Amino acid sequence: MDFTDIINILAQTVRLSVPLIFACLAGLYSERAGIVDIGLEGKLLASAFAAAAVAAVTGSPWLGLLAGIGGALLFSAVHGLASINFKGNQTISGVALNFLAAGLTAYLGTSWFKRGGFTPQLSSGQRFGPIQLPYAAEMREVPIIGPIYSGLISGHSLLTYLAFLVVPLTAWVLFRTRFGLRLRAVGENPKAIDTAGISVTLLRYQALVITAVLVGIGGAYLSIAAGAGFNPNMAAGRGYIALAALIFAKWKPWPALLVCLMFGFLDSLQLRLQGIKFPFVGEIPVQAIQVLPYILTVILLAGFIGRAVAPKASGLPYTKER
Amino acid sequence: MIKAPLPRWADVVLLPLLNVVLAFLIGGLIVLSVGQNPLRAVQVMLYGAFGYGTGLGYTLYYTTDFIFAGLAVSLAMQAGLFNIGAEGQAYISGLGVIFIALAFNGLHWAFMFPLMIVAAALFGAAWAFIPGYLQAKRGSHIVITTILFNFIAISIMSYLIARVLKPAGLTSDESAPIDAASRVLQLKTFIPFFKTAPVNITFFLAVAALFGFYWLIWRTKFGFAVRALGFNPTAANYAGISNQKMIMIVMALSGALVAMVAVNNVGGVQGRLIMNFVGGAGYVGIAVAFMGKGHPVGVALAALLFGMLYQGGSELAFSMPGITREMIITIQALVILFTGAMGDMLRNPVARLFALASPPVAEKR
Repeated sequence: MDFTDIINILAQTVRLSVPLIFACLAGLYSERAGIVDIGLEGKLLASAFAAAAVAAVTGSPWLGLLAGIGGALLFSAVHGLASINFKGNQTISGVALNFLAAGLTAYLGTSWFKRGGFTPQLSSGQRFGPIQLPYAAEMREVPIIGPIYSGLISGHSLLTYLAFLVVPLTAWVLFRTRFGLRLRAVGENPKAIDTAGISVTLLRYQALVITAVLVGIGGAYLSIAAGAGFNPNMAAGRGYIALAALIFAKWKPWPALLVCLMFGFLDSLQLRLQGIKFPFVGEIPVQAIQVLPYILTVILLAGFIGRAVAPKASGLPYTKER
Repeated sequence: MIKAPLPRWADVVLLPLLNVVLAFLIGGLIVLSVGQNPLRAVQVMLYGAFGYGTGLGYTLYYTTDFIFAGLAVSLAMQAGLFNIGAEGQAYISGLGVIFIALAFNGLHWAFMFPLMIVAAALFGAAWAFIPGYLQAKRGSHIVITTILFNFIAISIMSYLIARVLKPAGLTSDESAPIDAASRVLQLKTFIPFFKTAPVNITFFLAVAALFGFYWLIWRTKFGFAVRALGFNPTAANYAGISNQKMIMIVMALSGALVAMVAVNNVGGVQGRLIMNFVGGAGYVGIAVAFMGKGHPVGVALAALLFGMLYQGGSELAFSMPGITREMIITIQALVILFTGAMGDMLRNPVARLFALASPPVAEKR
């Protein structure tokens, strides 16, 4: 394994972490506001489908992106209705939304496109292609810095760069603005927010909108930036892993970025290790490598590496006393 | 929020029924939106599910799976736990069935059947116990761990089936077959009416499980402890119930219940261990449990409804190609959403209707 290999694995790590970063930060907003969102997985799937379908029909990745966000907004609206207005069980609502996304995308996909759930293959103009940063080609020959710049930093899609911008933005919004303060407060003690004359319902809906926008971009990334079209069950558990990453990151944006990068790295490593023979052990079965991120997540959740405390009012509907 | 009083029958029967109807109405709208006729779809489904022997046999076969899965999720639900891992637990239980069946291959089914039940239950219980343990002792969220365990189960099973259990010379990924004499007895062998349908005596086990469930939850000390834990964990703790121990036992029992799906499929229908034999039954169990409100009567009705949907749904695919089986997952999701998450949405409107219909009664003091 030489230097170029390492650069390739790292570049792949970046690409694989992007949907996790979007989904994880999306979950951060709603969970900080006191709404548990198991439905991240379903929203990723729904927005990936909406983005690919619209991009295929209109030919515009931007409209696709908007559709992706729209799909996630629709799901968020249902989740909000169930968990804020009707004070239902948020976990159940999230699980239902995940099934709904799986069913609807497969059903509408086969009905509309007649390709067994796949959307038509997108051409390069219909998706967010890689962007070459200035001088990437010229820098390539420079030792060390060259490959890092042109291989690792340059050549990603617009949405990838956006993901890395959203992290500092989230940190700023959450800890440096009045909205962020209120958002955190409504997740810890909604009554205090209510007493201060601020609407708990409105704040929570605002959080859900931000969640939908972020996870919508993440879903669109899957189908119209990283992939070239939607395929059934495209989210493949990323929503759940993002949720686990959020818990492990203790609901903080910068640690969330690190954890997502770590999961991305594991995923990239597992792609790389497939079919390679190791001394003594021989070839490691594909399944053993594929299962690694899930097992790691279980270990993380079991709190063997630090204990995480959720926002206090997380998962509880707020009822004004009469 | 004003909790308007509702007659008990409205609370137990009317509200869930309205929610299910709502779910199906929206499902119908979705079918309509892609240019298909939902009423004709219902007609085709009803005939496909109940209209002739083979169809009915298939419906009962699916119902068997859904009763076990529904009871498994209901049991956890009674204890306030949300077991999404039924799918993976049933999948892993297939190992127990195939190990015992291949070890004693050729044994008469009357001896094999109980062996399969025990083996499957052990595997299912063990697989469900781990998330239970992690929830009870380490505080990890059971919803997320059970979901992750579904993914882990898929990896383990596809490795074991493709690399370990597959006999040399087979092209498809499956285990060696169980002898015909050892397979669970199919009903068609003594009721010719069912023709080629796979329904087998596991169905009677499912019916027995419904009664057993009622007895366990509402007639025993253990059942009381389960319900106490679900109703108020703090109070349960004060009453001297060990919540940690209960969580682990309930999860293991839940896994043992859904393990019977493996007996039905591996031991009865397929006669071998194949990839993904559970086919989503574990997930249907969630919808069945919510729709049935965790009660055996409700679970039985909901399981029959979904059995009809599954069997009728595969008929649909032939006669109305525009409607695929995925539509059923959508219906399943809508049922969970309306009966589970938005169960109280219609409570106030219905209460208002009741208040209008009945003359105001003087309040007793």
